[in-house]
Amino acid sequence: MNFNVKRVLAVIRKEFYQIKRDKRTIAIILLMPIMELLLFGYAASTSVDHISTVVFNNDMGRESQELLDGFTNSQYFDIDYIAYSMDDVHHYIDDGYSKAGIVIPPEFSENIKSGKTAQIQLVVDGSDPTSAQTILSSAGGVAQAMSVEIIGDNAIKTMPQPLDLRSRVWYNPDMSSINFNVPGLIGVILQTVTLMLTSFSIVREREKGTMEQLIVTPISKMELMVGKIIPYVIIGFIDIILALALSVFWFKVPVAGSIGLLLFFSVIFLFSALGVGLLISTISKSQLQAMQLSMFMIMPNILLSGYMFPREAMPKVIQTISNIFPLTYFIKVLRGIILKGNGFSSLKNEFIILVIFGIAVLAMATFKFKKKIY
Amino acid sequence: MEYAIEIENFTKKFGKFTAVNDVSFKVKKGEVFGFLGPNGSGKTTVIRMLMGLISPTYGKGKVAGFDISKDGDRIREKIGYMSQKFSLYEDLTVEENLDFYGGVYGLSKKLLEKKKKEILKMADLEGREKTITSNLSGGWKQRLALGCSIIHDPEILFLDEPTGGVDPLARRKFWDLIYKLSQNGVTILVTTHYMDEAEHCNTIGFIYYGNLLTLDTPNNMKKYVIDGHIKVKPSLEDVFVFIVNKEGTI
Ligand SMILES: Nc1ncnc2c1ncn2[C@@H]1O[C@H](COP(=O)(O)OP(=O)(O)OP(=O)(O)O)[C@@H](O)[C@H]1O
Ligand SMILES: [Mg+2]
Repeated sequence: MNFNVKRVLAVIRKEFYQIKRDKRTIAIILLMPIMELLLFGYAASTSVDHISTVVFNNDMGRESQELLDGFTNSQYFDIDYIAYSMDDVHHYIDDGYSKAGIVIPPEFSENIKSGKTAQIQLVVDGSDPTSAQTILSSAGGVAQAMSVEIIGDNAIKTMPQPLDLRSRVWYNPDMSSINFNVPGLIGVILQTVTLMLTSFSIVREREKGTMEQLIVTPISKMELMVGKIIPYVIIGFIDIILALALSVFWFKVPVAGSIGLLLFFSVIFLFSALGVGLLISTISKSQLQAMQLSMFMIMPNILLSGYMFPREAMPKVIQTISNIFPLTYFIKVLRGIILKGNGFSSLKNEFIILVIFGIAVLAMATFKFKKKIY
Repeated sequence: MEYAIEIENFTKKFGKFTAVNDVSFKVKKGEVFGFLGPNGSGKTTVIRMLMGLISPTYGKGKVAGFDISKDGDRIREKIGYMSQKFSLYEDLTVEENLDFYGGVYGLSKKLLEKKKKEILKMADLEGREKTITSNLSGGWKQRLALGCSIIHDPEILFLDEPTGGVDPLARRKFWDLIYKLSQNGVTILVTTHYMDEAEHCNTIGFIYYGNLLTLDTPNNMKKYVIDGHIKVKPSLEDVFVFIVNKEGTI
């Protein structure tokens, strides 16, 4: 297949002229990332603090009281109810009075004093997984802080772990749900914007009739696809910078890893996301159909990619399905770099998968594109 | 004799409906070939098959000596096409459209500038380079569409109802351009519903419900009518109506 850079450049320039003159497109590019980030960012942060909590304390020691004070002082937990049995705890949570329950076993104080690991049980209302996630991470944070204190107080410095809260979440030590949410949100925004922009790009030309004129020119399928993709890679890149800037400067989300690596991965991801958009545009018979198809794609992407619900909690089948979305890997990458400070070596697998996916989906779109009108 | 276009047994079916039925003809190099026929008779379908935009259900075609089923890419470099429906980018300016097609045909910067000047002058579009195409009126749009389709100096030009819906003056201007191109050796296949335009073609093919009925010079076509009918000096319009009436009764 012949490849002439001049032709590709002509297509790129043309796309930019069209984007420049289309207010709707400009709005999608500039306003959507900002709006989504602000809306989701704030919506997700409302349920963080003052979680109504029920406590079932079987231990009468001072240590358990200090532990509960720690929970209250964190501002994340309000101890609103005291339970006198496990059934009681369930009742408060089942009936929606409390979102979380803290259960302290009888030997708690005894264990701490004797330098053993003391267990606490945390019961979380899982009906809202997003806040459940937040509760888990908040409780983990409190327990962590208390442990440090206990070690400090205790004579036996070798004690490995004074408190054992099973459901601890390691990342996001600031206990802010926004820190955890924003990286995933950036991925979701990038996916939505690129899909909305490219899913129309081919089918619109078919509907308007301009495709008829275009395909009687010697332009090759590959040249056309590359020319159609590059403008949106550039735009997607601008969007990611916009979203990142907003996250860092507005939401004060710290970026633990390298921004350069993050941008690099964004470009890799963009090719996959745009490829999916082009594929939709190629196989759709009308703009309406393209829109329906992209909506059909966006929903599962948001729901299953791990942005909303932890993938670990999903049934195996759903987890397997979510493996086919490039967003799943990109969110892993985003969280890895932003929250955990991962370097390239820990993200190698995601890199390989994203590259393979990008090439495959672009090849498929090119293959499916026919230089015919119907 | 060399032919610019050769069609053998062209047939196109849309489901059970036959839009083009066993059409064969040849167009000589340098000729202006007029393709006539009532609405829905299959003219656009034949042209689209020649352009490779749709595949014939049956039959063979050659354009500029190349097989349409195999050498589409070679053919596309040698042809220009103006579709029936205006199909330039309405949201681009006149100049941006020319730049785009120039780029897509791989013209060098220098050649593109030269061609752009030529075309703007020819199409009487000088001073309108920065006009958004959707704001142009009919005649200008069509001349711009012609300009974009000849920016790469094609050997063969396909014009599908290029003058539909434009005023007489714009039509005359357009045909002046067609003659000029023809004088420069470009082969032209043009469809039209205006008989005065058809009068100016070297050969006319008359297609009716997918069947090619006659293939002749305008003058011979008139004789054909005279032979079958009593009419002192028939116009092509008379011929058109006569054929349709005759065929319609079958
Ligand atoms: N994609 C299609 N599917 C079904 N039928 C079609 C399709 N394209 C064209 N036709 C039919 O084929 C016939 C020929 O259409 P065509 O457009 O070639 O006619 P035409 O001679 O160009 O008419 P006009 O003078 O109105 O432009 C018409 O009856 C049309 O409805
Ligand atoms: Mg037609």
